[in-house]
Amino acid sequence: MKDIDIVIIGGGPAGLAASIAAKDEGIENILILEREAQLGGILNQCIHNGFGLHTFKEELTGPEYASRFIDKVNEHKIPYVLNTTVLEITKDKIITAVNEDGIIELRAKAIILAMGCRERPRGAINIPGSRCAGILTAGAAQKFVNIEGYMPGKEVVILGSGDIGLIMARRMTFEGANVKAVVELLPYSSGLKRNVVQCLDDYNIPLKLSHTIINIKGKDRLEGVVISKVDENKQPIKGTEELISCDTLLLSVGLVPENELSQNAGVNLSPVTGGAIVNESLETNIEGVFACGNVLHVHDLVDNVSLESSNAGRCAASYVKDDKRSGEYIKVSGVQGVRYTVPALINSSKVNNSTTIRFRVGEVFKENYVSLYFDHTRVIHIKKKILSPGEMEELKVTKVLLNKYSNCKEITIKIEKE
Amino acid sequence: MYDVIIIGAGIVGSSIAREISKYNLKVIVVDKDLDLASGTTKANSAIVHAGFDAKPGTFKGELNAKGNFMFEKLSKELDFPFKKNGSLVLCFNENDKKKLELLKEQGEINGVPGLEILTGEDTRKMEPSISENVVAALLAPSGGIVCPYEMTIALAENAFTNGVEFKLGSKVNDIKKINNGYSLLLNDDEVIESKVIINAAGLYSDVINNFVSDEKFNIIPRKGEYCLFDKSAGNLVKKTIFQLPTKAGKGVLVTPTVDGNLLIGPNSVNIEDKEDLDTTKEGLDYIIDKAKLSIKNIPTRQIITSFSGLRASNKNGDFIIGEVKDSPGFINAASIDSPGLTSAPAIADVVASIVKGILKATSKENFIRERKGIVKFRELSNKERNALIKSNPEYGRIVCRCEVITEGEIKDSIRRPLGAKTIDGVKKRTRAGMGRCQAGFCTSRVLDILSKELNIPVTKVTKFGKNSNLLIGKNKENL
Repeated sequence: MKDIDIVIIGGGPAGLAASIAAKDEGIENILILEREAQLGGILNQCIHNGFGLHTFKEELTGPEYASRFIDKVNEHKIPYVLNTTVLEITKDKIITAVNEDGIIELRAKAIILAMGCRERPRGAINIPGSRCAGILTAGAAQKFVNIEGYMPGKEVVILGSGDIGLIMARRMTFEGANVKAVVELLPYSSGLKRNVVQCLDDYNIPLKLSHTIINIKGKDRLEGVVISKVDENKQPIKGTEELISCDTLLLSVGLVPENELSQNAGVNLSPVTGGAIVNESLETNIEGVFACGNVLHVHDLVDNVSLESSNAGRCAASYVKDDKRSGEYIKVSGVQGVRYTVPALINSSKVNNSTTIRFRVGEVFKENYVSLYFDHTRVIHIKKKILSPGEMEELKVTKVLLNKYSNCKEITIKIEKE
Repeated sequence: MYDVIIIGAGIVGSSIAREISKYNLKVIVVDKDLDLASGTTKANSAIVHAGFDAKPGTFKGELNAKGNFMFEKLSKELDFPFKKNGSLVLCFNENDKKKLELLKEQGEINGVPGLEILTGEDTRKMEPSISENVVAALLAPSGGIVCPYEMTIALAENAFTNGVEFKLGSKVNDIKKINNGYSLLLNDDEVIESKVIINAAGLYSDVINNFVSDEKFNIIPRKGEYCLFDKSAGNLVKKTIFQLPTKAGKGVLVTPTVDGNLLIGPNSVNIEDKEDLDTTKEGLDYIIDKAKLSIKNIPTRQIITSFSGLRASNKNGDFIIGEVKDSPGFINAASIDSPGLTSAPAIADVVASIVKGILKATSKENFIRERKGIVKFRELSNKERNALIKSNPEYGRIVCRCEVITEGEIKDSIRRPLGAKTIDGVKKRTRAGMGRCQAGFCTSRVLDILSKELNIPVTKVTKFGKNSNLLIGKNKENL
């Protein structure tokens, strides 16, 4: 059993940023555990650009963004192991992992969960029909195309207009496929606006809003999908069925934070985000276990992942340096249009200058206000032209404000018309 | 010339193959599909029925309980997973209580042990998630769950070890009577001959029988749809939960699987097309609604996949077993629908006896009883894992994260006799791809391993053979 100060599970953008921040705070005994053959996480297959606009003021590709952090990890000589899969975490912060050298057992002072997320498969939405070849998630297709150099098909329909679906619509087109439609259940796309423009509009790929796939046809290989318009309850409208012939169906129907290890360790998860419930230090209900990046809540911009994860790294370092939790918690919640907040708890004694609350809305709001209340007092009231579920928002709460309202029991964020 | 040709490498054909591999006979198994267990065997409830639901005086009545008793020993000899978790048949209506009594009586005639009728209260004490509307239940402690395709593969591998040949991807397109037996046309132009034919061709057992005999019968494909839930729902119930059976069948059940998932289904719909395995909205909605009657709080958000299977039924409702009168040496083990999986070991005994009688077969002295399956890394202790990895580092590389399946296991599944040739073949043997991400992460690696092991380009790797290729070409080939 090896003793490590901070074990970081996942060497993607979250784990990388967290490790650098922890090292900058003076922690040497760090170990990143990564299950792939290289660091970088999902960024390695995101070869399109648009990463790093905020962090580096440049438009980098995924691998380029990742390599900025990987270079720093190497400069800082932060230890990491590759091709290593964590099998178990206990609530006593004992980690069991495996690689081709055998079973590894570690006792950690602090753990940073940075496992990212996985894609929801067809079964999660239970589309009836054939189980032929040619149906895969958008991310799995992205891996084949971008890393392996192979096309999963040539006549493509994509279900879901989240970013991954949009990016793959363009990508498949570049490589010679005919993307016949992107089908979206909601009346709006859940991806970034710029992706709808740059991936669909620019390539004349039809976006079928308020539609879903009700049947899948094919014997050995996919032959077509039946789509249908849906009503305001997302139920198919009879008579609007349309068969689109295709040999490939890409599913971009949601991401699920990979918290099986966390759950088995006893980490409390939010039913809304699927990620851990954390305090202002991004610490879970288990002392010394932190979470950041997509495993905490699914992000849209990797820049925010890096910011959040650096925070987690700093806080984990603080914790290791014997800065245990104490003091009262203010509950943070989202209501009236706000689906969730991260963090869910704030201990103001732990806040230095300010703390960032990140949140998402549950529907599209135009010309509404984002309001923050300390108990019943409205303290922040900002007008926003547009708020949508596909774009994560944030509010900064300063130490000054927290001190002013030191008796506050609950911070609430809501969307208001006035 | 062969002594015996078995047509069909599903649970029935493989059980028979293993049983007659105990004799000094030249035996071959043929199947139209590229892998073992490609038909009904791979898509069913996976239940080892206690036997109370079979009519006494029928083959089903005679062979269900008999087969049930054979699973414990077989699963140990052949290293496949089996659990005697017990079954409950729920009754929602005071007036239906007599139906439970009748089932109990029927079971006792069939030789089913330990049957007991419980009150609703005691039923819920046993299984807290059972509906408040249940007024009584029949407890059958001898009911069990098994993995039907793992069992089939285990039987086939053992048969192969004991000298049985296998010709997969070989469709029987004609059978002719010849002087001392039968001549079979495989695919377009291959001919094999045998003294004895065993028809275990499932959905196509009518076609096979009707090539040869004037005692024709007709298989009615009856579709059943299922939903499979994440392992986190696997503890919802411990026993297999049935509702009172109807004419259409045993009804929708809720059961843990032997691998720890939760399974609900099936419905029962007669169809025409023997190849139609599509799930339907109506079917999936139906089984979820029915399951909700038995269990409070079915966690539909935890569904990871759905599938359907086809039962090879006939209008008389019983197995068709025996040497055909107008075709000596042609033995049917046909139209094996529920409780076919359970009865398979007993069917094998019956058929083996007939074969022995016809061919005057003698027993092998060196019959190898035991078969070792693919090692399950996920079930080993850390000490055992370390030893395994030391002997082969490929067991330290996890390929399927959701199910914790190693590269070593995947390679073994391809390299062993009757090994996997397709993505689904690897899946059946190792469980890679059966987890919550449904092969999202592991497919590219499994594909790569198959390509290297079988020495074929990645574009030729298929999901289950024929035209089910996963990749169609290199990037930009179609620009």
